[in-house]
Amino acid sequence: MGETITFWVLAVVSVGAALSMVFNRKAVYSALMLGTVMLCLAVLYAVQDAPFLAAVQIIVYTGAVMMLFLFVLMLVGVDSSDSLVETLRGQRFWAIIAGVGFAALVILAVGNAIFAPQTGLAMATGQGGYIRSIALLLFTKYVFAFEITSALLITAALAAMVLAHRERTTKKATQKDLSKARFLGDRPSPLPGPGTYATGNAIDMPALLPDGSVAESSVNRYIARYDVEHGHLPEDPKLAEAIKHRAEEESK
Amino acid sequence: MTTHYLILSGLLFAIGAMGVLIRRNAIVVFMCVELMLNACNLAFVTFARQVGNLEGQIIAFFVMVVAAAEVVVGLAIIVTIFRTRRSASVDDANLLKY
Amino acid sequence: MSWLMIALPLLGAFILLVFNRFTNRWGHLLGVVMSLASFAVAVLAFVELLGLGEDQRRQAVTLYEFIPSMKLNMGLLVDPLSISFALLITGVGSLIHIYSIGYMSHDPDRRRFFSYLNLFVAAMLLLVLSDNYVGLFIGWEGVGLASYLLIGFWQFKPSAAVAAKKAFVVNRVGDFGLLVGMFVIWTSFGSLAFKDLGAEQIGTASNGTLTAIGLLLLLGACGKSAQLPLQSWLLDAMEGPTPVSALIHAATMVTAGVYLVVRSGVFFEASDVASLVVTIVGVATLLAGAIIGCAKDDIKKGLAGSTMSQIGYMMLGAGLGPAGYAFAIAHLIAHGFFKADMFLGAGSVMHGMNDEVDMRKYGGLRKYMPVTFATFIVGYLAIIGFPFLSGFYTKDGIIETAMEHGAWMGWLAVLGAGITGFYMSRMIFMTFFGEKRWDKDAHPHESPSVMTVPLILLSIGSIVLGYFLIMDNRLMHFLAPAVGMPEHVPVPHLFSTTTVGLSTLALVAVGAAIAWMKYGRAQVPAVQPRGSFLTTFARRDLYGDALNESLFMRPGQWLTRIAVYFDNRGIDGLVNGLAAGIGGSSGRLRRLQTGFARTYALSILIGAALLTGALLLVGNI
Repeated sequence: MGETITFWVLAVVSVGAALSMVFNRKAVYSALMLGTVMLCLAVLYAVQDAPFLAAVQIIVYTGAVMMLFLFVLMLVGVDSSDSLVETLRGQRFWAIIAGVGFAALVILAVGNAIFAPQTGLAMATGQGGYIRSIALLLFTKYVFAFEITSALLITAALAAMVLAHRERTTKKATQKDLSKARFLGDRPSPLPGPGTYATGNAIDMPALLPDGSVAESSVNRYIARYDVEHGHLPEDPKLAEAIKHRAEEESK
Repeated sequence: MTTHYLILSGLLFAIGAMGVLIRRNAIVVFMCVELMLNACNLAFVTFARQVGNLEGQIIAFFVMVVAAAEVVVGLAIIVTIFRTRRSASVDDANLLKY
Repeated sequence: MSWLMIALPLLGAFILLVFNRFTNRWGHLLGVVMSLASFAVAVLAFVELLGLGEDQRRQAVTLYEFIPSMKLNMGLLVDPLSISFALLITGVGSLIHIYSIGYMSHDPDRRRFFSYLNLFVAAMLLLVLSDNYVGLFIGWEGVGLASYLLIGFWQFKPSAAVAAKKAFVVNRVGDFGLLVGMFVIWTSFGSLAFKDLGAEQIGTASNGTLTAIGLLLLLGACGKSAQLPLQSWLLDAMEGPTPVSALIHAATMVTAGVYLVVRSGVFFEASDVASLVVTIVGVATLLAGAIIGCAKDDIKKGLAGSTMSQIGYMMLGAGLGPAGYAFAIAHLIAHGFFKADMFLGAGSVMHGMNDEVDMRKYGGLRKYMPVTFATFIVGYLAIIGFPFLSGFYTKDGIIETAMEHGAWMGWLAVLGAGITGFYMSRMIFMTFFGEKRWDKDAHPHESPSVMTVPLILLSIGSIVLGYFLIMDNRLMHFLAPAVGMPEHVPVPHLFSTTTVGLSTLALVAVGAAIAWMKYGRAQVPAVQPRGSFLTTFARRDLYGDALNESLFMRPGQWLTRIAVYFDNRGIDGLVNGLAAGIGGSSGRLRRLQTGFARTYALSILIGAALLTGALLLVGNI
């Protein structure tokens, strides 16, 4: 009875979490949802007489693997949320058809199967208890596989280092080099800030130079393009023209 | 109970598979793959109890190890691709085609 | 010894062709010397042959093993038939060589001309002297080559080049017949040597085989001798220099077909069908040639039509068996003389008239070139069968023999003789009588003696040869060892007073009279009148070319076009279409490789789902 309650609670939670992982736009939320599913599964392992696996699940998966995911997410950019608009024609439709169909077939197969009463692990763990039995299997029958996994892990670690490593091909630029490059360029001074001498100080308001002319470079190109695309142009035609020009410059 | 566990396992697997197909973010795709692997593990553990044999759990254990190694390498690849293409979308890496 | 006959002119041709420009100054003399030397050898061989008994007059000269696997030896057969031809070829050939010195004196390529003439003499001698069909065929092709080269001698003239090509192509049709005939002989009798093909040896073969051999050989003879239906090349062949027309296309080469029929007489004697076809071809050609000759204004083409006609007579004689052979060969030899005489006379006229060939622009030339006129008249009288001249004896002999075989062919031959009287008289009246119709810049004059002396010699031959050969059946007895004697030996008369002979003479006289009325007494228009339908018919060579074009050329072109179309659209279309189909479908199929990993993953999942479903269906889960 206790197992049934545990199962249904965890099953609902894990399926909900899995669905929300798939359909969540933010990758960090997806990662958290996956962590939830894994924790649920860990509990289910424990319920099913697999305490060792439950521990490994929590330590390896929820602990290490999920941390690695989050770490990479931070590297790649945590604040970006994915667009859920499908770009491949028919991909989502057929994906759902195939996924639901596959699930339905598995359920059909499993649901139609008639299982014998559960044997339970009492016999298997009879001599020396559960941990001892696991160890016995792992270090006798599966010792080669076990050793090979160690080689696999070492290889994976090396591969990760090689892949993530970036060779520096040029000398790192010092502050001296940067200032030299700046004075050799066509603009030694900083760009004018937006809003200088202008009637407003909004970020999309082009600066006016002391002679009254418009400094196009004072507005960020992306902001200029945003303004043009959304019609947020200043009323002054001179300024509007400058922003349009800036946006066109960007699009080139 | 075995049936319930197996159905849960199948549902999670299908959800993971659909996620792989629907999501474009390479990291989320990877998470979905992990979800599928976990669903398999649940089936292994369930069957281990059903037939009274510990070897199912051992296999699940090995799956975890391999999954860990796979995640390490996969994420390293994603980082490398992101570095050169400034994108983690699996659709952007489509140069190998007709 | 007799191989020298062939070797000498061949050597001459070789020297002239290999040392070409270095021999320019004396090349023509070498050619003449070689030809005369060959004639001398022929005379020696002839005398030697006469010295032998009748049963020994088949002298085989084995030269070397030609094709050992076929047990075929290259050898010469000096017998009365071949020596007659050899004498004609070398004799008339030498005269024409001499004549050519004068005729071609202004031509920068005279040396090349003589090399071809020598080549022709050598090939023609090989043709007649060879003791087997293979050697005969080599000579046959050799004279074909020489004919081609000489018709196209002035190859800068497109008409000459086309005429040469035409002669070559039409001759190939005949050669095909000869070759296949040889194949049949070989498979039937296992030998191609004449000595193995006697009447006893071929007696074993079926009548069908013998008829097939006869008809195939006749096809070859038709090609070479310009007999119907392969007559079309001869008139165009007049594009060559006039000595060529005289030597090759009147006196010698075109008679090779007659030689072939006579030499292969055993086959024709054994097959009634084949010999009947020979006579039909002969009669048809003698009439066709005569009709064509009536309408031609080109003097050489008129003579060419006459040549066709006269060879038709020979062919008719050759188809009549041993009785006709002697008359055919006699007519052939006499014709060789009087036709060469007239051709060279025509050449002499042209020489004096700035190479003008249109008889409507001649007229009244008898005063300006008396020797040419006299010799031409002799040739004319000989060909129309004027009493006591050679044509009178030889042609009447053929007509009489034909009359014995079938009245229809005899009377048609008589009709042909009448037409001959008309067109030859027309030629004489248009050329030598009437008023002058010359071009302004024409200054007719007699030709140099190097040209007139051969004319005189040839005209002497034209006068006496017929009488000499026919009287006492001299030629018939002489040829008997080679071709056999007829069962019923005719008795020649000095002047035959049979119905046939008299009616022939009467018809010839009528023809000549009509010609005098139309061209002698009446004024000859300088421009060709439009003429009746029949005239046009004759002018167009009886529509022979049109027939060939519509029967062979056009269907051939259509066939080629159809084949090309089929090749382009059908074969190429199939191949290209297959490639294009595969290429196109591949081009569309490759679009499946989108490069999107998710698409591939989708197909994997769908596959997995389908597989699961299939397993469920068959009940394995």
